Amino acid sequence: MTIQTITENKPQSDEWTSEASVTQPAIRMQNVDKWFGDFQALCDVTLDIHPGERVVICGPSGSGKSTLIRCVNRLERHQKGKIVVNGVELSDDVKKIEDVRRDVGMVFQGFNLFPHLTVLENCVLAPVWVKKTPKAEATDLAMNLLKKVRIPEQATKYPGQLSGGQQQRVAIARALCMSPKIMLFDEPTSALDPEMVKEVLDTMLALAEEGMTMMVVTHEMGFARQAANRVIFMDQGQVIETQEPEAFFSSPRHERTKEFLNRILT
Amino acid sequence: MTRHLLGCFGREKALPFKLFLERHPVLNRLIGSPLNAGLTLLALWFLFVSAPPFLEWAFLDAAILPATPANCADSDGACWSFVIAKARQILLGVYPFDLQWRPITVCIMILGLLAYSVHPQNWKSKLLYVWVIALATIFLLMAGGLFGLTAVPTSAWGGLPVTLILTVVAIGGAFPISIVLALSRRSEMVLIRILSTLFIELVRAVPLLSLLFVASIMLPIFLPEAFLPDKFVRALVALLLFASAYLAEVIRGGLQAIPRGQFEAADALGLSYYHKQRFIILPQAIQVVIPSLANTVIVMIKNTSLILVIGLFDMISAGRAALADPEWQSPAVETYLFVSLIFFMLSFSFARFADFLERRNASMQS
Repeated sequence: MTIQTITENKPQSDEWTSEASVTQPAIRMQNVDKWFGDFQALCDVTLDIHPGERVVICGPSGSGKSTLIRCVNRLERHQKGKIVVNGVELSDDVKKIEDVRRDVGMVFQGFNLFPHLTVLENCVLAPVWVKKTPKAEATDLAMNLLKKVRIPEQATKYPGQLSGGQQQRVAIARALCMSPKIMLFDEPTSALDPEMVKEVLDTMLALAEEGMTMMVVTHEMGFARQAANRVIFMDQGQVIETQEPEAFFSSPRHERTKEFLNRILT
Repeated sequence: MTRHLLGCFGREKALPFKLFLERHPVLNRLIGSPLNAGLTLLALWFLFVSAPPFLEWAFLDAAILPATPANCADSDGACWSFVIAKARQILLGVYPFDLQWRPITVCIMILGLLAYSVHPQNWKSKLLYVWVIALATIFLLMAGGLFGLTAVPTSAWGGLPVTLILTVVAIGGAFPISIVLALSRRSEMVLIRILSTLFIELVRAVPLLSLLFVASIMLPIFLPEAFLPDKFVRALVALLLFASAYLAEVIRGGLQAIPRGQFEAADALGLSYYHKQRFIILPQAIQVVIPSLANTVIVMIKNTSLILVIGLFDMISAGRAALADPEWQSPAVETYLFVSLIFFMLSFSFARFADFLERRNASMQS
């Protein structure tokens, strides 16, 4: 069963589904294969994500979740199959890669803020140089987004002066400053101290409520339940099963999914 | 540990002097252990033996004023009179005496501009234009031949202005080239990587002396006269290439220290290669290697004196020329000390500047 059919079988009452089935998918992956040397990291992955959808990807470590979302903005190069993002097919064409990256924001496990720039400079750099937004306008937008992630008062500080949770919220604001159509989250809370996980998840939930298209690799099953339209379970480079969150947790179909859920939910 | 425990139980009064010694920050290091006490004694003995004679030679017995040969002949100490009498020659070489206001102006210009350039509030693109205009003026002043200035061949240039020009142009020019070389050596494009690696390894593998000889002796054999740049310019280019190969490797070291996440974050934001390097990677890479950059630059400042082997005059060769005066008793040590002092001031100022940059970065980001 492909993902496409699952999406189409969704009840029509859900607003995004009816729209999504007519518009082009935000992300379309077809038979994607990816190797690191001899190791096959992705194995025949086929997947559509529609505008406005929030998809959570989970699975044991080494299952290819991170590789999967890193292929979406070409931080990893896939070797076989087709990846189309916002109608642009990813190839070795640098121009196209930059086009895709302009519309796809990414948040990393390790924050990856630029330590030599202030919070505000981190946020305005890409809009000013990539989108040629005037500096004043970019600064306004950045301050608004920093307010949204609730740290405008830290704008003039350097990343090293902030807590992990604050840094990750800056990273989210930095990505949003490019006004992306899609946001990728690669284990955004895994490097955080437990007491800081919630502030980042709350920020992500707020984003989800605004209808952002999101692809989230995470072990936070609470977030999956609250925000996701779909949960994808991966193992050994393959998409094992795709379900709505309720069904995913209550009645997983696949044996491997059950094992995984048993391990993380106890 | 033991000491700490003793303190806890309040028994430190039992051995007051020993404990006093252990806790005293200076005395403990000087005589805290038999080895330290021995080394301290040795150092004291060495100072006792060497310092008084040196001070006597350098100051008490030294001939200072009047700056005449006779004054030196009468004294047992250092002949600073010679340095005072010949300072102008050591600093300016054999530049025509009547025209020496020109190299003096050049020295003041370069030192003034350097002093201006070290202030962060002056780091604007304007500064680059100021330097370009200043360097053009400097070459015009030194060489003359235009605007009614008498032409002075580079063979007559010498001393401090030569050292300053070579340092500023060779290192200033080498820096951008070294960045390009360092980035090329890490490029994914094979040809660019090979060319850059080849250049760096070839230049690094050759002694600077042979590079200077190639520039001064070999090039005239290959190149027709019309295409042959002046000897000074050839030496300048040789120094510049040498410095850029060394600086490139230092900067490459810095590039390798930047975590992969920084590249990925820049990529994910859609930054182009140029913007990514300029705003994200290079500023951090250079910051990491400031100590080694300073080290290389200081070596290069002193390397400029090697141009004496191809018949150009820096301060050392100018000093040697001054020593040839038969009226004086050739006080070589004093002359070299004087030249060393000037090199020291140049190098030490740069070291302080590098130190300032390091502390500035550290204080900004934590």
